[in-house]
Parts: sequence; C-alpha cells; structure tokens
Amino acid sequence: MITAEQKPIDEIREMIAPYKKILALGCGSCVAECASGGEKETGMLASALRMAAKMNGEDVRISEMTIDRQCVNEFVIQLDDVIDQYDAILSLGCGAGVQAVADMFPEVPVIPALNTEFMGETKGQGLWVESCLGCGDCMLYDFAGVCPLARCSKHLLNGPCGGSVDGKCEVNPEVPCAWQLIIDRLSKFGALDRLEKIYPPKDWSKKQGAGPRKIVREDQQR
Amino acid sequence: MNDNSQLKSVLEKGDFAVTAECGPPKGADPGVVLKKAEILKGKVDALNVTDNQTAIVRMSSLAACSLLKTAGLDPVLQMVVRDRNRIALQSDILGASALGIRNVLCLSGDHQIFGNQPQALGVFDLDSIQFVQAVKAMRDEGVILGGETLTSPPNLFIGAAANPFADPLEFRVVRLAKKIEAGAGFIQTQCIYNLDRFETWLNMAVDKGLTEKTFILGGVTPLKSPGMAKYMKNRVSGMDIPDDIIKRMEGVPKDKQREEGIRICVETILRLKEMPGVKGVHIMAIEWEDAVGEIVEKAGLLPRPVFS
Repeated sequence: MITAEQKPIDEIREMIAPYKKILALGCGSCVAECASGGEKETGMLASALRMAAKMNGEDVRISEMTIDRQCVNEFVIQLDDVIDQYDAILSLGCGAGVQAVADMFPEVPVIPALNTEFMGETKGQGLWVESCLGCGDCMLYDFAGVCPLARCSKHLLNGPCGGSVDGKCEVNPEVPCAWQLIIDRLSKFGALDRLEKIYPPKDWSKKQGAGPRKIVREDQQR
Repeated sequence: MNDNSQLKSVLEKGDFAVTAECGPPKGADPGVVLKKAEILKGKVDALNVTDNQTAIVRMSSLAACSLLKTAGLDPVLQMVVRDRNRIALQSDILGASALGIRNVLCLSGDHQIFGNQPQALGVFDLDSIQFVQAVKAMRDEGVILGGETLTSPPNLFIGAAANPFADPLEFRVVRLAKKIEAGAGFIQTQCIYNLDRFETWLNMAVDKGLTEKTFILGGVTPLKSPGMAKYMKNRVSGMDIPDDIIKRMEGVPKDKQREEGIRICVETILRLKEMPGVKGVHIMAIEWEDAVGEIVEKAGLLPRPVFS
C-alpha cells in the first residue's frame, strides 16, 4: 500500500485560503487503510476546517466526498457531476491521486492534504513500515524476502556494514538490521551460501532511468 | 619518494607496516594538513585521509591527499560511497591516480544522519564491496563499470575496512572474504580494544586462508580519557570497548590519563605484532597526531623503512 500522513492543519488552511467553495475529496484505497485519507479522515478534516473557518469568521463552504480510488480515471470521473459547484479540491489522496484528479480537471486547483510517505505494510494498530522502493527489478528471492534496498539504511547489496550490532541498525537502535534479518532467514532455509557471491551494482535505470516510468500492456489495451 | 605505494612496498617486503590517520580541517587552510604531515613524516609508511568522517563537511579527502603527496608522504585516499554515485567515484579514482595518489580505501561511510547535514540525500549507489571491485577492474583490466575501456588505467593499491566487532561474527569473515575477492589488497580494521574478540575473528580468517590473500592492518586508537572510552563504547556504532579498559583509564589520575591511553595502545600493538596474520597497524589518533610518534617509538617500530 501507499502510505501517507495528513499535513499540519495550518499548512492546509494556508493553501486553501484563496478559495470559498472547497471539496474535501477522500480516497477509499491505500490512504483509507493507513487512516490518513479515507472517508472517516476526510470527514474529520472537513469538520476541523469548517470549525477553524467559523472561529475566524471566514465565509467558506467545505463539502466532503470520498471515491474508491483517486488514482483511477474510472472513479475520478464521478466528480464530473459535482465539480462545477467548487472552486478548489482538497485531495486526501496520495501524490498519484492528487495528480490524477488534477489531470482530469485542468481548470480546478487540486490541493494536497497529505504527505505521501512510502510503499509499506500495516504492522499493527497505528503502525506502518516501509518495505519496498519500487526498484523495477525485484531481488527478494536472493535476499529471502527481506529487501536490503528498502530496509538497509545504506541500501547495501553486500551487507551488513560495520554498524550492525545485536541485530540493530546503527542509524536507529529501534530499527532491525535488514542484513541480520536476511542472514537469519537464509540460514533457516540453508541458503546462506547465496551471500558468498558478490552482488553487482544495482541497475537503477529501471527505477529512474528516463523520467517517470510507464507500464504499457498491449494485451490490456484491446 | 618513488611513484609506487610506500605502504605496498613495506607490506610486500614483509615489514610490519604503520599507517596513521589525518582528519582534514573544517576549512580551506592547507596549512592544517601540512602541519599534520610534518608531525607524522618519518613515523608512518602511509597516512589515511578521512572522507567527511561522521558525515561532517570537511576539506575533500582528495585535495588533502594531494597536499600530503607534495609534502612527501604516501597518502591513503579514503573514499565513501555515501556522497558520490558511480560516475563521480570512478572519475575521482582517475583523478587521484593522476595526482600521484597510490592508495585508496573504499568504504561505505557513516550514515548522513550522524553528521551536520542530516537533510542530505545518501547516495549509496555502489556499496563498498562493489566499489572495490570497480576500482580493481579499472586498474587491472583498464575498464570502467559497463565495460568501456580507459585510455590509461589508474595505479592504486586498493584497501577496504573490516569491523571484527560488529555482528553477526560468523558473517564478518564471509564479508572479509568478499572484500578480498573483490580486490582488497589490504584491510584496515575498526579500533581494537577487545583483543579476544579480535583474535577469534582473526583465527577464523586464518582458517579460511584469508590472511594469505590480503594484508591485515589492525586498527588502534589511543584513549585520552575514560570519558572518551565511554563515549566511544556507547555512542559510536560497532565499537567494542571492554569494561576493564575503561576501569584502567579511570584508575589513573587525570593528568596521567593520556599516558595510560598511549600505554594501552602500545600494549595492543605489541600483542598484534605477535599475531600471525596481522601485517601492520593503523593508528587512528583522533585530533592527536602528536601521540603517533611516541606510540610508534614505544612499540619499537622506528625507523620506518626507506626505499630508493
């Protein structure tokens, strides 16, 4: 999932200040799962903004609406019927959602209410952790299901570095050393010898070789 | 000084090598580097120059190495992969060789979060092992990453670091083997205070025949005070300082603590000299270059060999 956190309310208020009719637009996918931009959070943010506007004597109308996915045009199109009533959209989607909405409605300002963080997992109540960089060339087989690019602070492919102590990372003693996890898992599978070879430099062209990446699937386009 | 690595010559001749460390200044004055050169000349075979250590901005290691070279020392260019991608790293390797620098130590580098630029992007395009391998291919095959040919290869004695005190211990030797396979001709270790753990690691390396394939220089740092020992133990990652060392430092009056630190350091070197597989010592006297001459002398390592 894509994780995100809500921006500070003052920053949001500053961005929406020029507008009088605002649609707070939630997204029912990833950001709902990570409790930052789903229907519930959209309602809470809209209420907080309405209250702040009222206390400051501002004449602003803030409505709310949540669609299933802001990053998919088939869902964004639902805004067609209501968009004329607003002079700005406050999107609680991830960075992709904000841009998909902006792309479909070029005349309407779309303002981000969230800071998009990372691709990660829900680890527990109120806890999300990063686990994938989207490098375009998955190496999780080699490293027994633990990604050293996403989870080692130095992105080492031939770790662990000299800062791994008691299974913890030197950068933050609360963070497990990804390389200790890799070694532990590989030894369980009797595959520790996989780490005796030198992994060559990563081909970063698959991640950021020529601007924004694109997937074209002709079989899906017919 | 001839055009070869003094360090390599000493090691190949079979002498117990001595290297020290020179931290470049947080400023542009070449005089600071040249003064350290003057203090250390004749006391060591080669002098490492740290590369923005602990991620604090300092004079570039390459520039400081060049200054040392002009002062007649044999510099060891430390290069970390934290700040430069593979284009910049390979380019600086060619530049270093062109300036007459003959030793390079390839490192990962302290994470940027520890320094004075915590907002910096950590590059880590290559890791230290891949970097060693790349430099070796440049030198021995005359090719850069991707296989393109150089018009002339760099001439560098390639080194890497090892930390026998980090975890997991068994894997430390695997990683040492990988560094040697990648092309590390010499290894400088993390500061040794826990000689038992060091020997365990070393024996594992000896058993695997690794000490025959590279030159291992044991790292030492003279302690200035018990406070420094505690700070290093608790705050510097991958540092192993046994309590009896700290107690020893605490057991002497304040004005004798530096002496005691030097004494511990000399004792450590004498122990290292007896260990088969240890071919030299790397003295990291942090902002205490004056101590190096005394340590080297007391450890019976003077005079240093001279090659015509």
